[in-house]
Parts: sequence; C-alpha cells; structure tokens
Amino acid sequence: MAYITANELVLGYDGKEILEGLSFEVNPGDYLCIVGENGSGKSTLMKTLLGLNNPMGGKFEWGDGLKKTQIGYLPQQTIVQRDFPASVGEIVLSGCQGRMGLRPFYSKSDRALADKNMELMEIKEFEKNCYRELSGGQQQRVLLARALCATEKVLLLDEPVSGLDPKVTAGMYDLIEKLNKSGITIIMISHDIIAAVKYATHILHLGGEIYFGTKEEYIASSVGKRFLSLEGGM
Amino acid sequence: MADLLNYFSYPFVKYAFITGILIALCASLLGVTLVLKRFSFIGDGLSHVAFGAMAVAAVLKVSNFTYLVLPITMLCAVLLLRAGQNTKIKGDAAVAMISVGALAFGYLLLNIFAKSSNLSGDVCSTLFGSPSILTLKENEVWFCAGLSVFVVVFFLFFYHKIFDVTFDENFARSCGIKVDAYNLLIAVITAIIIVVAMNLVGSLLISALIIFPALSAMRLFKSFKAVTICSVVISVICAAAGMLISIGCSTPVGATIVATDVVVFAMCVLIGKLCGRS
Repeated sequence: MAYITANELVLGYDGKEILEGLSFEVNPGDYLCIVGENGSGKSTLMKTLLGLNNPMGGKFEWGDGLKKTQIGYLPQQTIVQRDFPASVGEIVLSGCQGRMGLRPFYSKSDRALADKNMELMEIKEFEKNCYRELSGGQQQRVLLARALCATEKVLLLDEPVSGLDPKVTAGMYDLIEKLNKSGITIIMISHDIIAAVKYATHILHLGGEIYFGTKEEYIASSVGKRFLSLEGGM
Repeated sequence: MADLLNYFSYPFVKYAFITGILIALCASLLGVTLVLKRFSFIGDGLSHVAFGAMAVAAVLKVSNFTYLVLPITMLCAVLLLRAGQNTKIKGDAAVAMISVGALAFGYLLLNIFAKSSNLSGDVCSTLFGSPSILTLKENEVWFCAGLSVFVVVFFLFFYHKIFDVTFDENFARSCGIKVDAYNLLIAVITAIIIVVAMNLVGSLLISALIIFPALSAMRLFKSFKAVTICSVVISVICAAAGMLISIGCSTPVGATIVATDVVVFAMCVLIGKLCGRS
C-alpha cells in the first residue's frame, strides 16, 4: 500500500479553488519531485501533505503505517531564524518534538537519535556552534538532521537548495540521494527541473496541465518536453 | 551600607524587594521568546491597555484593581495575537491602534470622573511606576509570588515546546504541535506578567523589563538555553541593583531599574563586540 494516495483532489484556501483533478501516489522508496511555476499550488499541496490544510474535495489518505505527523519536514528558512540564538544541538533535538506528546523533557533515546542524525549529516562537530554563524549549506544540513529526527520514512523538502551556490547545491542533492538510497522516501518541491529529472523517480507537474508519472514518462510527455525546453534548454 | 541594611529591617522594604525580584525573573523568562518572535511590541501595547483598564477600575471604584485589569489585559492579548495573523490590519498597526486608544481613553476617563485632587500625580505613578511598591501588603506579595511560581513552572514544563514554536512555527506545526494554542498561552502569560509588573515599574516602562535582559543576553550567548538563563540572571541583578540605588539615592524605583537595564545592555553590547560575538 502507498504511503500517500491522492485521488481527484481539489485544493484551495479561503474557499477559493486553485487546483483540481489532482491524482498521485507516493510509495515507499520513491523520490518524487513536485515542479511547477509560482502560484501553481505547490505550497498549498505541501500543506495538505503535512496535514495542515484539508482538501476541498477528492480523497487524500496516509497509509502503510505513516501518520501525518511522521513526515520529516524541511521548511524554507524564515527571517526569524537568521538572528536566532540557538545551538545546532538544540535545533536538531527539537526534531524529536513530534513523538513527545506532553512529555516535557527529552529522553536518552531522543538524544541518541539526534546524535546519530548529526553524524549522518556530518555536522556533529558544530553541535555547540550557533546556528546563525553557519554557512547556508551547513544550515540546511542542520534542518535536514532535524527533519530526520522527526521521521524514519518520509522527508518533505521545500526548495532545499534555494540560495545555495552550485557546489553546495550539488552536495545537497548527493546527500538527499544518499538518504533516498538508504530507504527514506523523498518528496521535494523544486524549481530546479534539471535536478528533478536527474535525481527523481517520479515527477508531479502542477500548473496548467497536471501531470504525474515516472521520470521517464515525464520526459517523453508533451508537458515534460515543453517545460524542459522552457526551463532547462534540453 | 549600614543605612541600606537598616532599610531592610522594615518589612515593606523586604516585601518590595522580594516582589521586584520575582517580577523581574518572570518578565525576563518570556522576554527571549517575545523578542525572537517579534512580539516585543505586543508587550508594549498590552501595558497601555493595562493603563486604560486601570483608569476604568479607578472610575468604577473597584477595590482591588487587579481583578478588573487582569482579565481586560488578557482579553486584549488574545485580540492582538489574532490581529497579528489577520491580513486586513497588520499586526504592528493593530498594536499601535489599541495601545494609543487605551491610553487616550484611560486618561479621558480619569479626567472626567476622578475626584482625586492630585490627578497628574496619579497618572504619572501609573505610567512610570508608583512608590506603591513600598506600600505592598503581605497578601499582595503572596499573590505576586504565586503568579511567579506559575509562570516559572509553565516555562520549565513547556520549555522545549516554546523553543520549537519560537524557532520554527512551520516545522512545529508539521510535528503536530498546536502552535496557535501555544502562541495564545504565551500572550496570556505576557498579559499576566505585565499586570503584575505594573506595580513595580509602571505601564510605560514595563516592556523595558521584558526586552532589555533578553537583548543583553543575546549579545553574549549563542544557545537558547544560555541566553534564557543569562537574561534571567541579568534581569534579577538589574532589578536588585536598581531598587538598592533607588532606596539609596531616593530616585523613582521603576525608572532606576530600567536605567540599570539600559546600562547593562550597553555593557553587553561592548563585551559582545570585544569578544567578536555580536
């Protein structure tokens, strides 16, 4: 059974429809890229995936033992975070919040999980450092480690490489690919269509025509061809 | 020095001292969160609301002001927070509206209805802190101590949640944390602190008590925990020092405490610069 199944979904907010007829599914091990122009409903879909926004119509389900609070989310950075006094360790540990309920303090296993993920993201050496003093790529890895603390199954990444330079971007994509190979399902919202067709297994294209299929099908489709020639010059 | 010690033999000085330190502790605890969440202005707005409510209480001749002022201020805290999320009137404009409105109506009411012969004196002491901190009764000290314990326990119990909600609301939401409920709780507790702290420094100066220790600590430390602890320490020391100075030099209590806070902030900025931590 799929982790996430959407059938003829209608999305919108404040009573205004912005997307309809959206059907797709996310299976364990997938690497799904959601692409589309600004305003095509990517962020609304993302809120739906996180369970923060109820669809206006259609069917949306989490399955295969996945609860909606078990999706590890990598949000875009906010202005507040730029001058926030917090150590890397504190931030990564806060990814364990979801499983805490009303328990006020972190347990040993929470701390062990945070340690493990910091090592995985190669940021253990910065544990005591201040978040705001790290480089953009390091900050993304901190937030990725935090997201990993929240999930063992699905990561939802919102524009994970925006604002990063090309070399760091490539490193970030490699890291995400490594996570995917280790069995974590990836859902990524991205502007970067070239990287999407390079790394993803499935593509969901929003805006104008909605298209969902494997990467190979997408490249061969008329929507894909048009978008690729427009954005990537392929 | 002997003079100062002599002062402490009076119970009212002792009461004032205990209360002042407890208030400073509570105000600085939430200060870090309020500053980082860009809520500093809500504290300011609420203090003006508290002034307006105080005027209403005076006109209605309510025996204990707190009973009326506290609920009104809490209600406004909720309203202001809602306004912050509303797109029609932006958060800062809503705060400005409510705060000056409350000030104007408060002063108007006092002018029209109050029978007191020393009106400007009354107003001045509400705005800048009255000498009333020295006339606290034992039960008022207990009330203040109770509220402080409540605030501290709340903060300790929800420390990690508060961190999460402050650092990244979106992520917290995705983990299933009730972000709006926590924001509401933070605003309500801010209201409580403001009402209690009005006795100490007056309504115009109360936001200084909330934001200065936090800002000072942020110059010096890099982790949330260290900043929080440091801001509490700074706040308590400043309150104690401010009260001692004001007793010694017979200066107004509230203004002296805030002035001490400002001086310490300047020192922290300097130390931060020197250590290259800013």
